[in-house]
Amino acid sequence: MYSFDIQRPTSIADAVAALSTDEALPLGGGQTLIPTLKQRLSAPSVLVSLGAIAEIKGVCTGDDGALCIGGGTTHATVAKEAASSYPALAALAGNIGDPAVRNRGTIGGSLANNDPSACYPAAALASGATIVTNTRSIAADDYFQGMFATALNEGEIITEVRFPVPEKAAYMKFEQPASRFALVGVFVAKYADGVRVAVTGASEDGVFRWTEAEAALSSNFSADAVPAAPSGDGMISDLHGSGAYRAHLIAVMTKRAVAAAG
Amino acid sequence: MPKDHGIGASQKRREDVRFLTGAGNYTDDINVHGQAYVHFLRSDLAHGKINNIDTSAAEGMPGVVRIFTGKDFEGVGGLPCGWQVTDKHGEPMKEPAHPVLAQGKVRHVGDPIAAVVADSLEQARTAAEAIVLDIDELPAVVDMAKALEAGSTKVHDDLADNLCYDWQFGTDTETTDAAFKNAAHVTTLELVNNRLVANPMEPRVAVGDYSRANDEHTLYTTSQNPHVIRLLMGAFVLGIPEHKLRVVAPDVGGGFGTKIFHYAEEAFCTFAAKACNRPVKWTSTRSEAFMSDAHGRDHVTKIELALDKDNNFIGVRTDTLANMGAYLSTFSSSVPTWLHGTLMAGNYKTPAVQVNVKAVFTNTVPVDAYRGAGRPEATFQLERVIDKAARELGVDPMQLRRQNFITSFPYETPVAVAYDTGDYHATMDKMEELMDIPGFAARRAESEKNGKLRGLGINCFIEACGIAPSNLVGQLGARAGLYDAATVRVNATGSISVMVGAHSHGQGHETVFPQVVAEMLGIDESMVDIVHGDTSKIPFGMGTYGSRSLAVCGSAMVRATEKIINKAKKIAGHLLEASDSDIELKDGQFTVAGTDKSVAWGDVTLAAYVPHNYPLEDIEPGLEETAFYDPANFTYPAGAYACEVEVDPDTGKVTIEKFVSADDFGNVVNPMIVEGQVHGGIAQGIGQALLENCAYDENGQLLSASYMDYAMPRADDIPHMASYVVDHSCQTPCTHNPLGVKGCGEAGAIGSPPTVVNAVIDALHSGGHTHVNHIDMPVSPSRVWAAINGQ
Repeated sequence: MYSFDIQRPTSIADAVAALSTDEALPLGGGQTLIPTLKQRLSAPSVLVSLGAIAEIKGVCTGDDGALCIGGGTTHATVAKEAASSYPALAALAGNIGDPAVRNRGTIGGSLANNDPSACYPAAALASGATIVTNTRSIAADDYFQGMFATALNEGEIITEVRFPVPEKAAYMKFEQPASRFALVGVFVAKYADGVRVAVTGASEDGVFRWTEAEAALSSNFSADAVPAAPSGDGMISDLHGSGAYRAHLIAVMTKRAVAAAG
Repeated sequence: MPKDHGIGASQKRREDVRFLTGAGNYTDDINVHGQAYVHFLRSDLAHGKINNIDTSAAEGMPGVVRIFTGKDFEGVGGLPCGWQVTDKHGEPMKEPAHPVLAQGKVRHVGDPIAAVVADSLEQARTAAEAIVLDIDELPAVVDMAKALEAGSTKVHDDLADNLCYDWQFGTDTETTDAAFKNAAHVTTLELVNNRLVANPMEPRVAVGDYSRANDEHTLYTTSQNPHVIRLLMGAFVLGIPEHKLRVVAPDVGGGFGTKIFHYAEEAFCTFAAKACNRPVKWTSTRSEAFMSDAHGRDHVTKIELALDKDNNFIGVRTDTLANMGAYLSTFSSSVPTWLHGTLMAGNYKTPAVQVNVKAVFTNTVPVDAYRGAGRPEATFQLERVIDKAARELGVDPMQLRRQNFITSFPYETPVAVAYDTGDYHATMDKMEELMDIPGFAARRAESEKNGKLRGLGINCFIEACGIAPSNLVGQLGARAGLYDAATVRVNATGSISVMVGAHSHGQGHETVFPQVVAEMLGIDESMVDIVHGDTSKIPFGMGTYGSRSLAVCGSAMVRATEKIINKAKKIAGHLLEASDSDIELKDGQFTVAGTDKSVAWGDVTLAAYVPHNYPLEDIEPGLEETAFYDPANFTYPAGAYACEVEVDPDTGKVTIEKFVSADDFGNVVNPMIVEGQVHGGIAQGIGQALLENCAYDENGQLLSASYMDYAMPRADDIPHMASYVVDHSCQTPCTHNPLGVKGCGEAGAIGSPPTVVNAVIDALHSGGHTHVNHIDMPVSPSRVWAAINGQ
C-alpha cells in the first residue's frame, strides 16, 4: 500500500472534521478498504478510523420498538446482541464471512460500501430500515442507488441503523463457492402492513426489492405463493452462474426464506 | 497391538512441533544482511509486442538499486525444459525460448517484463509504477482448438504454428481401428480436465546471495528438488558450475508439483545478487502466484471405448489437446505424454489402446505437473467413459470393471512397461465392504424424502509412481536421471544423520525415514535425523515428486544402511573376536550367533571413530556410507474409490455425504501419515471435481485471479471424518524395491475426481435427468442446474 496518515477520532464531530481533509477516507472495519489499499487501488492521504468512536457502537431497542445498531458495530456483536430481538438479522450477521471478518467488519461499513453481493443491504432494504448519519436520516428505499452506490455524501458517516422488527423474517443465502459472498441472498420480512422481499447478489443494479413476491406473499405468506422466478435480464452473469441461474435462485431462496420464517 | 516404533508404527510427525508452533524456517524467514528486494513488473496483457520499456524516470526514484529488463539477460540462457518429447513423425517437440524477463513480446498475463531492485519492497513497487511501457496489444490465443486453426495468431513468431508436438502412443492405428470395427458397442465421451492452480499455503520465495570473496552463489528457494534447480539454473541458464552454486530449500510449505520447476524468479535473484553485489529477495504475493506459478491439468479430450458382445473392453482410443501455456515449463512436455498415455489402459486388460495428444501453445500461464500429473487426466477420462458405457449397456458399473480387470502379474499393457503386482478385486472388495453398497438404496430413499437426489459413484485407478528408471526415461526423452541418493552418517556415539536427496515439504520424511533406519538397526528413532534441502549437505538426489520419495530415495537409504550394517558387523566381529559372518544384529546389539557374546551399537560406532582396537589393515575407520538407487521399474499403486453425493435439484448444489478409498500402496511404513496423504489428496480431488476452476476470458485475462473467484476446498466441503474412510489394508508389496513400497502421495488426487463426477451423474439419472451424460469439472451448482435444465 501507499503510505498515508491515520487518525483515530473519538467523537463523530472530530471524525467529520478529519474527513474534510483532501483525499481523506473513512475506515470502518476495513474488510474491503484494507485489501483495496494493499493492492494499491486506492491512495488516501488520511485514513480516518471510526473504530474509536464509542457512541456509534452497540445494539439497543429504541422507543418505537425498532432495533438500533450503531454504525460501528461489528457483525459478531450484532450476531450476539440482536439474537433475541431480531433473530433473522442476527443470523445474517453471524454468517457473514468468517470469524475474522465478523470481528472486524461493521454494519456501517458494509452499508456504506454497498457491495452488490453483501448481506446487510438485503436486511436493511427488506426491513425498511432507516440509515441515520451525522446529518440526516435516510429511508432504505432511498439509500441504495446501485452497485457500490448510495445516497451518502462525501464525508457523511453512518452513525446508526434502525430496523423495525418484523413479525417474521428469514434470510437465505446461496453462497458463491469461492468468496462465499451471496451468489443470491433473499431477505423476507413480514410486517403487519405487508411483506418486504429484498434480493442481494443477483442484480447488476445491486440490492433490490422483488415486488411481485412482496405482493403475493402479502396476501398469502407461504412458500407456495412465491411467484415464478423473475427474468434473468439485468442479472449478474459471471464465472459462478448465468443471469438465468441467479434469477432461478431468487425464487428458490425466497421460498426457503418464507418456509424458514414460518 | 499396533507397533509403536519402526516400520508400521503410526508415529506422530516430529516436524509438526516446529510447524505448528511457528518455529519453522521457511524461505521467507531467511533474511540475508544487506538484502534488497525485487518487484517484478508483470504484463497485464495476454499478448503484446514490446516496442519500448522506458525505465529512466523510475531509475532515479528513492531506494532504487537497479532496474532490469530482458536486455540485461541477452546472452544468458533461457529456462530449459527437462524432457524432450518426440512426435509421431519422429521430430522433436518445438521448444521456443523462455527468457527470464520478456524479450520482444509478452505472452501471458503475469509474464515478467522488468524487475526493480530497491532497498525496500514498497520502494520497488513505487518505482515500477514509473516505468513507461510501450506495448502493442496482439490478439490473444486462448482456446486450444482455435490455436491450432490455420492462420491463428502465433504465440511464438519463430515457430510454424502453435503446435508443440503431435504425439501418438500405444497400439497402431490399423489394429486399433479393427477393434472398433469389430465392437458390439462403442461409447464416446468428450470432456475437459479443468485447469487448476496448485495454491500451496506458502507462496514461492527466492533469495539470491553472492560472495565476492570466493565467487560463490547461494539461492534460497521454495523448491521440491534443490539439486534439480542447481543443475538446471547453473548449467543451462546462468553458467555457474556446481561447486560455486549452493541451492537451499529449507522448510517448504507445500508443493503439489508446482515447486518442482525452475522459475524465472530464481534465476533472476541469483543473477541480480551478483550484478547488484547485494542479496536480492523476492516473495510472491498470492496474486502473483495465480499468474506465475505453473498451472495444472487443462486437457480437452475425446475418448472412445470399444466393447465386444460380452462387454469385454477391446479398444480404447483417445484424442487430447493439452495446454502448454505460453512457454514450456520444466517438465510440462512429459505430463500429457509419458505420465498420461502410459496409464491409459488403467486396471484393465484392453488389448488395443491408442493415445493421441497434441500439445498446444496459448497465451496463458505455463502448465506443468500438479499432484498426480497426467495420471488424473488418464484416470478421469477412462473411468468416466467406463461409467457411461455401463449406463448405456444397463450393466452394473462395478461388475463391468471387475470382468475387465487385469488379474495376473506381471502384466504388460499396450502402453506401459509391466505392472509388477496388484490385486484389483481385493481393493474393490474392500471398497464395497466399507461403503456398505447394499445399504445405498435405503440411504437414497432417505435423501429423496428430503427432496435430494443421491448418487453412488465408483472408480478404479492405477498410477505409475516411484519415478523412475533412468535408462527407460532417457529413451523417452528425459534430460535427467531419476535415481535418488542417501548418505547414512553414523556419528561416534551412535546417533545418525541421513542426508537424503528427497525433499520434505509436508510429506513427513523427517518422521518416516528414521523409522526405517531405526527398524533396520534396532535402535530408537530419536537417534536418527534426516538432513535434506541443501545441496551443500546432501548427495546428488533428484527430489520429491511423483510419489517417489520412499520408493526411490528410501531405497537408497536402505542400501546405504545395509552397507553400514555390513561394515559394523566387521567391526563387531573384530571386537568380539568372531567372524563377521557369525555376527547378528538385533535390538541394537551385535551378537555372535549361538553365544551370549555381544557388543552394543554404540560401542561399535565409537570403535569406528576411535579406532584404537580396530582392524585398520582390513577396513577404513569411520562409519558413513552412500548409496544411489535407480529403480528397475515404476511402482503401481492402485485402488478402488467410492462416494455418495446428494444433489439439491433446486439449486444444483452437490454435497459429498460419504467417501471411501481402498488403496493398495504395498507396504506401509507410517499408516497415519499415509492416511493423511490420502485425505489431503482426496480433498484436492474434491476441489478439482466440485470447486476449482482456473478460467481465462477470450482475451487471455485471468478471471479467477484470487480466492474471491478461485474456489479452494475448505473443511466443510470435505465429508466429516466419520463418513470418510481411507483404507490401505490391501497390500501387494512392490516386487522390485527393498521396502516393497509403492507411494501414496498422489493417489487421492487421482482417484477422487471421477468418483465424484460418476456419483453426480448417478444422482441426476435417479431423478429422471437421464439426458445428462456428463458435466465438466468443476461440477458447480450453476453447471448442475444448467445440465438439469438443458441450458
